[in-house]
Amino acid sequence: MGKTIQEINEKIKNGKAVVVTAEEIIDIVEKKGAKKAAAEVDVVTTGTFGPMCSSGAYFNLGHTKPRIKIGGGTCTLNDVPCYTGLAAVDIFLGATAIPDSDPRNTVFPGAFRYGGGHVIEELVAGKSVRLKATAYGTNCYPRKELDTWISLKDMNEAVLFNPRNCYQNYNVAVNLSDKVIYTYMGRLQPRLGNANYCSAGQLSPLLNDPYYKTIGIGTRIFLGGGEGYIVWQGTQHNPCVKRGENGVPRMGAGTLAVIGDLKQMSPAWLKGASFTGYGCTLTVGIGVPIPLLNEEIAQYTAVRDEDIFAQVVDYSKGYPELISGSLGEVNYAQLKSGFITIEGKKIPTAGISSYSRARMIARLLKERILAKQFFLTEPVAPIPSVDAGITLKALTERPVKQK
Amino acid sequence: MQKKRVVLTFPPSLVGQPITYHLVKDYDLMINILRATVTPNEQGRLVLELTGQRKQVEDGIAYMKALGVEVQPLAQDIKWHEDKCTHCTACITACPTQAMSVDRATMEVSFTKERCIACELCIPVCPFKALEVLI
Repeated sequence: MGKTIQEINEKIKNGKAVVVTAEEIIDIVEKKGAKKAAAEVDVVTTGTFGPMCSSGAYFNLGHTKPRIKIGGGTCTLNDVPCYTGLAAVDIFLGATAIPDSDPRNTVFPGAFRYGGGHVIEELVAGKSVRLKATAYGTNCYPRKELDTWISLKDMNEAVLFNPRNCYQNYNVAVNLSDKVIYTYMGRLQPRLGNANYCSAGQLSPLLNDPYYKTIGIGTRIFLGGGEGYIVWQGTQHNPCVKRGENGVPRMGAGTLAVIGDLKQMSPAWLKGASFTGYGCTLTVGIGVPIPLLNEEIAQYTAVRDEDIFAQVVDYSKGYPELISGSLGEVNYAQLKSGFITIEGKKIPTAGISSYSRARMIARLLKERILAKQFFLTEPVAPIPSVDAGITLKALTERPVKQK
Repeated sequence: MQKKRVVLTFPPSLVGQPITYHLVKDYDLMINILRATVTPNEQGRLVLELTGQRKQVEDGIAYMKALGVEVQPLAQDIKWHEDKCTHCTACITACPTQAMSVDRATMEVSFTKERCIACELCIPVCPFKALEVLI
């Protein structure tokens, strides 16, 4: 017999819900079986904490006196450019934006010390940042310049809105060339000198619900230390990839678009990050609760690192040239052991996503549910799954002829 | 016998002098060069492990200081800011001496100062600037 999300919420309210993390459920299912686990456990909490470039925030700054129309003008926060193609005082700041004055990769590899992700972290920490704006001036918005300190407290709205987070599985990055390369997966030493991976594996939200049977649009989540919601599938959501018998994709697959009030979030779970030679980004903490509605869902959440496989991809040629292909498959138990073997060579591994922080998020979410501070939501619509017929398109260029 | 790891900073005027030769010859010290950088017209930097009688290690260091070489203990050279570290483990494969290491059960990173040779290979791979060179 299954149960419903309303029944689980009722149990949470009465202090009777049984909540465990995605690590703890593994042993429970092994000892008692999925059927009994589904009957006894109500919620499994997941977590992930890694760099997620498709992240950002929009702000309503409040109107100045006299008014300024930043829309169509320019705007920076601590010199990091914001998008202004919105209404008068609405702006969007992306995680990978960097100041015009940043030397970038002119002296390779650039350090990319400060960008949009760092501004978001500072704002969430309660700090003031410098807002500079220019406008062209209109009858109704006459002002043309603005230079002021501003903090989250001063703004009407500050909303984290990330078009693609929470990748369901990811590549393992290596370098087959003879030179060191600097990538978003870190520094990769020549001739398979090291391998970097980026997933929380058995703790990762979408790897515990591989077909998105409980996670959907409207699901309430732990986001950046506060509460947020899943608003859509993420960009590049690609559910129709090769999967294992357990349903788990063997490469990057599903993604999530998420939203939440930045004002309640914490700098511990939203951190600016700098990738040498690559750029700036934001490391985002996300935790998704999975209601154990039935035996099938319980079985999915019992997935282990050794049952989750990822593709080893060459970032010196294969990735940049968009040539698909894999040097082999490894699982997360191997990756987390510190070494994998590729083409007969033993290669040291390192993570880009923090497993220990992912574990903390799963535990924090569990505590919040047990403390009756966090209730589950029923998705209002599903996100596309394996039957959606989605294929990820590369851009077909149609060159513009010069006259 | 005493073992000491030191970071030496040479002003441009001393870069041409065979100082390590004198450490061996005059002070009977065993020298292990952990790292060396000499840039023309700039300072030279040498990370040494000195092994010898306590008195001779001290005298050797005094000799270098008298010449104008800046001598600092090595352990102070790299600082791990635990508060900035997210334990992502990106630094682990960069570190040649396992000064940065990870507990595989907790997947938490730790820093063992004694093993650090201040090679600075970890500096550019930490996305959170949790590792810093102290000058």
